[in-house]
Amino acid sequence: MAKKIEIIIGGSGGQGVVLAGQILGRALAYEGKNVLQTQSYGAEARGSLARSEVIISDDKIGFPAVRKCDILVAMNHEALNAYLNQLKDDGILIIDETNVRETPKTKVKVYKIPITETCRKMFGEATYANMMMLGALTKITKLVSSKTMEKAIREVVPTKTLNANLKAFEKGQELI
Amino acid sequence: MAETFSSRNYMRDLRLPFCPGCGLYALSDTFLRAVYELGYKDLSNFIFTSGIGCTSWIPSPYFKADSVHTLHGRSIPPATSIKLLKPNFHVVVFGGDGDIVGIGLSHFIHAARRNTDILVIMGNNMVYGMTGGQVAPTTPYKAPTTTTPYGSFEHPLDAAKLAVAAGAAYVARWTTVHINELKESIKKAIQLQGFRFIEVVTQCPTAFGRRVGFKDVGEMLKWFKENSITVKQAEGMREEDSEGKIVVGEFIEMRRPTLVENVYALLKEVQKSG
Amino acid sequence: MPIRNEKRCHKVSSKTFFWQGNEACVEAAIVAGCRFFAGYPISPANEISEYMAVRLPKVGGIFMQMEDEIASIGAVMGASWCGVKAMTATSGPGFSLMQETIGWGFMTETPCVVVDVQRVGPGTGQATKAAQGDVMQARWGTHGDYSAIVLSPNSVQEMFELTIRAFNLAEKYRTPVMVLTDEIIAHLREQVAIPPLEKIEIINRRKPNAEDKIFFGLENVAPMPSVGEGFNVAVTASTHDEYGVRFTADPKVHRRMLEAINNKIKKNVNEIAEVETHNVDNCKVGIVSFGCTSRAVYEAVEAAEAKRIKTGHVRLKTIWPFPEKQIRLLAESAERIIVPEMNLGQLYYEVKRVACSSEVVPLNRIGGGEMITPEEILAEILKGE
Repeated sequence: MAKKIEIIIGGSGGQGVVLAGQILGRALAYEGKNVLQTQSYGAEARGSLARSEVIISDDKIGFPAVRKCDILVAMNHEALNAYLNQLKDDGILIIDETNVRETPKTKVKVYKIPITETCRKMFGEATYANMMMLGALTKITKLVSSKTMEKAIREVVPTKTLNANLKAFEKGQELI
Repeated sequence: MAETFSSRNYMRDLRLPFCPGCGLYALSDTFLRAVYELGYKDLSNFIFTSGIGCTSWIPSPYFKADSVHTLHGRSIPPATSIKLLKPNFHVVVFGGDGDIVGIGLSHFIHAARRNTDILVIMGNNMVYGMTGGQVAPTTPYKAPTTTTPYGSFEHPLDAAKLAVAAGAAYVARWTTVHINELKESIKKAIQLQGFRFIEVVTQCPTAFGRRVGFKDVGEMLKWFKENSITVKQAEGMREEDSEGKIVVGEFIEMRRPTLVENVYALLKEVQKSG
Repeated sequence: MPIRNEKRCHKVSSKTFFWQGNEACVEAAIVAGCRFFAGYPISPANEISEYMAVRLPKVGGIFMQMEDEIASIGAVMGASWCGVKAMTATSGPGFSLMQETIGWGFMTETPCVVVDVQRVGPGTGQATKAAQGDVMQARWGTHGDYSAIVLSPNSVQEMFELTIRAFNLAEKYRTPVMVLTDEIIAHLREQVAIPPLEKIEIINRRKPNAEDKIFFGLENVAPMPSVGEGFNVAVTASTHDEYGVRFTADPKVHRRMLEAINNKIKKNVNEIAEVETHNVDNCKVGIVSFGCTSRAVYEAVEAAEAKRIKTGHVRLKTIWPFPEKQIRLLAESAERIIVPEMNLGQLYYEVKRVACSSEVVPLNRIGGGEMITPEEILAEILKGE
């Protein structure tokens, strides 16, 4: 079987997990990977669970949805509870420590990062937590170069907030 | 214009299919006469669309012109895109009352709202004539039809007033006894911009006149003549006194940005900004 | 008026993009030469209208949001008769509203593209969830006798390729062509590789010569004039003769015309009907699939073959006209043919009709946009063991 890496990024609507997935997917595509990204929201757009999936493969990607993931990014407690059972036993778990009450007992490799807290300190708001998380994810997984990620960020985020987004992305890498 | 007017010059070698005494002969002829008097030797500056119904047959295929004969009630949306893509042509829609303000009413309102640069000519015979005389949105209150055998229990729609309310640039109503006024109105409307609407109250001796009790076409035309009041006269009348009357004349003439003007201004702006 | 959303606009060039399915559809349409779009809001097709509204004015095209789907498809037909390539996009309920006018398009031989992003139905159903229930609506949605061309992409790359192909087939055969996609393919994002634009084949309708008078009802497809070119063309969906003149009295005229508009498709099935095949002539179990469901089939076939079960797969890129030849070929070797689809069995009956020597098994899933998984398909494959 061809090598395939499946990622779930979960959080609440408004945390920017969908945008994060899109940027990650775009960067991977630019590096010539076969990549697929999907998203789903809960019943309401804001506040409820939002989930973005990214699949990377050496081969053509078949089934366009993630059932078991290799990497789970949980931006809050609810997402962690909802998706942890979909993480493979040899997977990687990345947690935004600020929004997670307790870390579950698990065999997987866990990265606890105070993303939202750091973001609030830097910018006075949590708006750029998704970019900071992408920075951490890029450093941990080395799936894609930070340069390509920056290119994707430049293309996707509004010009007005580009600098803040890039700073958050850089800070995310430093947190690891 | 040395030669005299002949409608045959503007028509294919086919005979109009209408019943004897039908008002649509006069409408077709008056339209072509207006075109002639404006100096057009043929219809090459015109594109026609129409729906389904007797009035819709006027241009399609009888006019020697481009004519798009669409579905019942659906003549206005294709006219909209045709005008947008061929802005230098006069786009004229022919349709009956059922076609334009029955099944196609929504398109009519939205075309007026957008100030779409088309001329809609509606032959209003107050009934669904082609299908045998069923009640229409324009059928007079209490009038018997094949589907209101005991008299219509619905109130008719005033299409001209509706067009004014929806934002039309020009609205007029005439009957087939006001041929000269109709012709002048068509000439004027062809030369104006925006959404123009002319309602022509016309006799359908076969499916309406006979059933509501008119002995012949002459009697029906007499009713049109005696029952018509001008827009001015109607303004001074109490509503109950003007009920059942045919209000004729020009309802509005107004200039505001048209759909074609707005769309092409936007195109220019977007392309300038790269 | 300041133009917002400029971030969404990127000029298409020969490189790799990361696009949503609906976005790829729009870019493809523009590459194919589409310069008029009319639509009405409906999930899950909205992104097509939204991207079009941004993109079309930049290339000198016109976008209109009309008052309903009936007006949208009507405006598309009018645009096509102006010589402009035109498209609309909708989902099940809007597709139903458009059907009468699509029939008008078949009868008047009007090229245009209709994209149906399938969602759960009937009725309002589940407006944002995927389904594959419009297989028959796309084929038989309007009244009367006609032959429809319906294409079915299964990736974002193919959304690009098949949208261009839809325009090409529409222009070549002078007929409405439908792109039958689904919420999954329309909303997922994948990389799309665009070849150099000059290498993409673009077909334009045959135009008449000045002396031509026959514009309709030819089996080898009559040339198509535009309005405003001096041809005095009469366009009508009433029965008409080769000159376009309404002629409803003679049954022979009607038969002649319908023969022509059907034969121009039927006699070219081999060219129109595209399939992707895997092991059709050497398998024990066969699968016939289309759209998002076929993505699960790829994985199921791989898993079955790892278990040494010879598995064949015919994936329909063209659903209609139905590629009977390849299904027959599959039926010659497969004892069982599985037809997975996100409906209660539509394509299944067509496969069953053609593959009468094999046992044809439906595998259905409806509701919630839940896809049929590779494991479920594998389990069905293994049932024969």
